[in-house]
Amino acid sequence: MTDLAAPRLSARHLARQRRLASYRRTWRAFRRHRSGVAGLAILLVFVLVALAAPLLASSDGLDVTLANGPVLGAPSSHYWLGTDDNGRSVLTLLIWGSRISLLVGLSATVISMVIGTLMGLVSGYFGGWIGRITFRVTEWMLVIPFLPLAIGLATVLGPGLFNIIIVIGVTSWPSTALLIRSQTLSIKERAYVERAEAIGGGRWHQMGRHVLPNVMPMVFANTTLTVAGAILTETTLSFLGLGDPTRTSWGSMLDSAYQVGAITTGSWWFVIPPGICVVLVVLAFTLIGQALEEVLNPRLRARR
Amino acid sequence: MSDASLLAIRDLHVTYATGDGPLPAVRGVDLTVERGQIVGVAGESGCGKSTLASTILRLQPSNATVSGTVLFDGRDVLTMRWGELRAVRWAGASIVFQGALHSLNPVHRIGDQISEPLRIHNPSLADRASRQRVGELLDQVGLDPQRARSYPHQLSGGQKQRVMIAMALACDPELVVADEPTTALDVMVQAQVLNVLSTLVRERGVGMMMISHDLSVLADLCDRITVMYAGRVVEEGPARRIFVEPLHPYSAALSAAFPRVGDPAARFAPSGLPGDPPQPWLLPGGCTFAPRCPRAAEVCLPAEPPLTSYGEERSAACVRIGEPDAPSVEPASGHVS
Repeated sequence: MTDLAAPRLSARHLARQRRLASYRRTWRAFRRHRSGVAGLAILLVFVLVALAAPLLASSDGLDVTLANGPVLGAPSSHYWLGTDDNGRSVLTLLIWGSRISLLVGLSATVISMVIGTLMGLVSGYFGGWIGRITFRVTEWMLVIPFLPLAIGLATVLGPGLFNIIIVIGVTSWPSTALLIRSQTLSIKERAYVERAEAIGGGRWHQMGRHVLPNVMPMVFANTTLTVAGAILTETTLSFLGLGDPTRTSWGSMLDSAYQVGAITTGSWWFVIPPGICVVLVVLAFTLIGQALEEVLNPRLRARR
Repeated sequence: MSDASLLAIRDLHVTYATGDGPLPAVRGVDLTVERGQIVGVAGESGCGKSTLASTILRLQPSNATVSGTVLFDGRDVLTMRWGELRAVRWAGASIVFQGALHSLNPVHRIGDQISEPLRIHNPSLADRASRQRVGELLDQVGLDPQRARSYPHQLSGGQKQRVMIAMALACDPELVVADEPTTALDVMVQAQVLNVLSTLVRERGVGMMMISHDLSVLADLCDRITVMYAGRVVEEGPARRIFVEPLHPYSAALSAAFPRVGDPAARFAPSGLPGDPPQPWLLPGGCTFAPRCPRAAEVCLPAEPPLTSYGEERSAACVRIGEPDAPSVEPASGHVS
């Protein structure tokens, strides 16, 4: 018994080591992209702040009735980034806002990725009317001006955190779908997909076991870029007053800054910090996405 | 036509619809494989061999129109319902594909890929049982069962080809179609792979259809050989006889293309054929082989010669057989096709 178990254990051990080595290789390749590492560092800071929000600033600071700071007070030793029109600390709002912005960005991306991957796979894999219809729907979604569509949807669904995630998710998938479709078209012609058909595998078997695993790297690289877009969209929609009014996000901060005329009164501390945060997070995801794309796509790597 | 045959292809036509018009790849082929028999199909690239193989499991591309019958165990594959067809695929007949190097998915372990057909045809199969079966199969093709955990890129070309053979035998099929199983392998590995394949086929008593351009390999392994040219059968008969004393000039040329070791005459015999096989959309009138045939004459031009029987289970499609300076065999009976 022990004789039998020993080599199997070592084989598993070997496989684990190999996997570790491949992760390490990917990490080393990623580390060569300085911009990607910078993006990762920025993102890590924001994620830590979002996770540790209750420790960094009490949520009481969000309550208008408990706020006792000056109206639109300039930065001071007590309020590092000044106060808003209700006398709340801008820094507290910023810290709690990062939670909403990241949450909305990531959840909306998951929805967008699932829809985009599914539509891309189906429209690329199936010829005939199924492929044609899904491709037309994708193209149709792609050419509709995005903002009016998002505004319309958000209005119909009503304000709310969950709704805004849905709105961003169902409007941002077409570009992913196109990307996955083109990759699927190339992979479905490979010999191993024909073999899968010959062994009696149905279409879903071929798609799920042979095409999908081969397009996954592309999906991952695309994900980070989509997160950036989703966060920007959340900011846009919140700025337009379509966000969840009960929660503070960077977009809703910009919106209220605009509403109370912070720009004309010269209260820069209410406008610039959320703006910079949005730019930084979007930049971080974009940098990571570009670096990942080059690491995972050997053709781009060779060009460097 | 007997229902007892494992595989009976009758008057098969396959035409591809292309941008340049219809392209006939297979034009009226008859072929029979009995249980326990190895049948070779020989011919140059583009003569319709692979199209023939893909038609057996109805794997031809969607732009192909097929007519005729492909009877597998007495049931016509071409008109079969989808569910039945899926059962025949791999459980009834399996294929050893031409390019093993590309027929394995790079992202799955080979053990998982060998067990794939097992799981498709028996979804309730336990993990343990499937692992054990994969181990057995790898052992049979001469690979270490531990190899099941490898990825395709960790194997050599010959090992990958053996994995393909293991996969072909996974569901105990009655018929194995080997479509140039040794392309892209060097001569030593080729011999090993062919040996493994033919031994397993003989042991299990299943039928095999083996496709190759190498007549000498087929002559060694097969019971009967069918020689194809431009989508038609030009000669059919017992393997050794076709190799040693071919009737059709094309078979003769194929046979002469591989010099026999120890035969001084073979060194000086003219070998090879001038020109290329005809383009399928520009077939010459009359005998399609005539433009390249060293023995072409006036009689070859009016019509395509039918496959004619020449006794002892042999047949060939050439009007000049039996004429002066041709192999002296008298026609025994009428048409076969």
